[in-house]
Amino acid sequence: MAFESLSEKLQGAFNQLRGRGKLNEKDVKDAMREVKLALLEADVNFKVVKDFINTVTERAIGESVMQSLTPGQQVIKIVSDELTNLMGKTQSKIEFSSKPPTVIMMAGLQGAGKTTTCGKLGSLLKKQGKRPLLIACDVYRPAAIQQLKVVGEKVGVPVFEMGSDVNPVKIAKAGLEHAIHFNNDVVIIDTAGRLHIDESLMQELIEMKEVVSPKEILLVLDAMTGQDAVNVAEHFNKQLEISGVILTKLDGDTRGGAALSVRAVMGKPIKYACIGEKLTDIEEFYPDRMASRILGMGDVMTLIEKAQENFDEEKAKKLEKKMKNQTFDFEDFLDQLEQLQNMGPIGDLLGMIPGMKNNKSLQGMEVNDKDLTRTKAIIQSMTKKERLDPDLINSSRKKRIAAGCGLHVSDVNRLLKQFEQTKKMMKQFGGMEKKMKRGGGMKFPFF
Amino acid sequence: MAFSFFNKLKEGLDKTRKGITDKIDDLFNNYGEIDDALFDELEEILIMADVGMSTTLKLIENLRTELKVRKVKEASEVKTVFKDVVEAMLRENNNEPFHVGDVPTIVMVIGVNGVGKTTSIGKIAHMVKAEGKSVLIAAADTFRAAAIDQLKVWGDRVGVHVIHQSEGSDPAAVIYDAIQSAKAKKIDVLICDTAGRLHNKVNLMNELAKVFRIIDREYPDAKREVLLVLDATTGQNAIQQAKVFNEAAQISGIVLTKLDGTAKGGVVMAINSALNIPVKLIGVGEGIDDLQLFDPHDFVEALFSSK
Repeated sequence: MAFESLSEKLQGAFNQLRGRGKLNEKDVKDAMREVKLALLEADVNFKVVKDFINTVTERAIGESVMQSLTPGQQVIKIVSDELTNLMGKTQSKIEFSSKPPTVIMMAGLQGAGKTTTCGKLGSLLKKQGKRPLLIACDVYRPAAIQQLKVVGEKVGVPVFEMGSDVNPVKIAKAGLEHAIHFNNDVVIIDTAGRLHIDESLMQELIEMKEVVSPKEILLVLDAMTGQDAVNVAEHFNKQLEISGVILTKLDGDTRGGAALSVRAVMGKPIKYACIGEKLTDIEEFYPDRMASRILGMGDVMTLIEKAQENFDEEKAKKLEKKMKNQTFDFEDFLDQLEQLQNMGPIGDLLGMIPGMKNNKSLQGMEVNDKDLTRTKAIIQSMTKKERLDPDLINSSRKKRIAAGCGLHVSDVNRLLKQFEQTKKMMKQFGGMEKKMKRGGGMKFPFF
Repeated sequence: MAFSFFNKLKEGLDKTRKGITDKIDDLFNNYGEIDDALFDELEEILIMADVGMSTTLKLIENLRTELKVRKVKEASEVKTVFKDVVEAMLRENNNEPFHVGDVPTIVMVIGVNGVGKTTSIGKIAHMVKAEGKSVLIAAADTFRAAAIDQLKVWGDRVGVHVIHQSEGSDPAAVIYDAIQSAKAKKIDVLICDTAGRLHNKVNLMNELAKVFRIIDREYPDAKREVLLVLDATTGQNAIQQAKVFNEAAQISGIVLTKLDGTAKGGVVMAINSALNIPVKLIGVGEGIDDLQLFDPHDFVEALFSSK
């Protein structure tokens, strides 16, 4: 998960402060040096780091902190506040034109992930009830248009293209007319990757902007970009006046300092973050949540939302009944597994739970999504009858099931045992439910 | 040839040079004597160039020692010394330039998403073919939409046959096919594209390991060249990428792409210092010829020389 090592480092720096009754100026400065190194190693822009450290140090050395009972905690809070400040306080959404279609133009360096992001954004907007159209204006990179067509088809969003022999500005214009004619209320224009210093190509974007007058110009930025990120963003902004940033490849490890830098230097919001290879792996960017991710405080909000999004209310009610009546069977088990898998890789989910990220016992433990797939395979190798009544499963049936899913009888046994335990657990859960309701508890897919 | 190469490199590195050297020149001209402020500023410049904290500290330390050894007192002389120090660090590892000597050779091209693997393959194929070798390309990026089409366009451009299957097929199977074909046709150099993968995706790295097992089994006599493609705009994460890919597949060299942007290229020093993996090729543009052999001296010269 992104920012992992940054949060680890910050935690390391603060462990020295935590639990100490009194801090002096030197303590704070030493800790700040660690913070500075951590931020620099995460590719946060040098100047941003300098300002950040100055602000935090100033606040941390102030009277109220030094005399507070838990100065270490206070300092962490200040760092957290300032990080959130740096990221921008409020979440920014896409602005839609009052008179559709809303035109969204994508721009960025080569390899930032524009084409894939077009598909992801299209899919997201479609889910929100829009009728997006993708326009293929990358006429330079071989097969870029083909790529957009494939991506569009996968997410069920139409793609407008005119081949690679037409001027991109003309394609954009024709695409917009096409959208008006076919009643598409959002158009997303994919453009060729270009260097921010390539004047003729930048000129092309400027012309395109004049012709289609976009509501949003989004800079697609690779989260792994180094110190140059600010440079790139500033160039694009100067020429095009971008309205926001989409951060890609945030599912890589450690870095993401570019996010901090660009926001801090340009004051342009980060609107979306792409966090995986699947075409659904795009999420709205919440600056405060990101700040807490950096500090290793987990991201419970995202986890809850993911759960809700993939949670089928009706199925849940049925399940509740079954749990009470103790008639929970393998069919339900399978349902639960599928819901869990829909939420994304287990490892990512765990990372969102506070404390899990730095949990020593979890480190080195490979959370394997394959195990889930195997479990599914075993259940799917059972007959309907067996699924509804697991007691039926005798040794000859076990052999058949093992052969069906390509695993061993011992694997089948293990699952059956697990299933029994789960059932028992559910019994206890039934009792807990009343308590949870009082605390405004939430329902959750589990298995 | 040597001259035109130097110019090309210099041209490509123009932005890089402007980034680093203008500032360094300013710096050296502003200080009469060597003091701590000079080193502090130098540190800042290197960090802004993505050299990374630890490599920067190391370089500065080397510079200090070297200044003492050479008994340098004038700030204006520091630049020459610094050039030497940087080059020395780049030369620490034996930076053999990329060269296909023995045949058959299999070149594996790996890296994260969007660094320019497919484009680099087109350029490498062109380069090797110009040396009079027969070349075959394997389109084993079966994951990204239209990656195969993109490679086919490059194949046509360079005049090299591309072995491919349909999108979504098993990359190991594509490599297997390509190896059989290369053997049958007695091809000198087989270049394999792979899907871009983030290095922290365990299953994707395992997939890569599988591909290498196929090569071990089916093509043991081929000389192996494993090139990691890195984007010069990438920051410190490049080191992590190199580390993890190196574990899955012994990297023999790095292709550093997109050096024609404003990217500072400092990441080269960090990688060299941290991992002892030589940089073999650099990409300085989008044209078919815009792939150059990496040469530490030319690189540092172009980096530091004023116009």
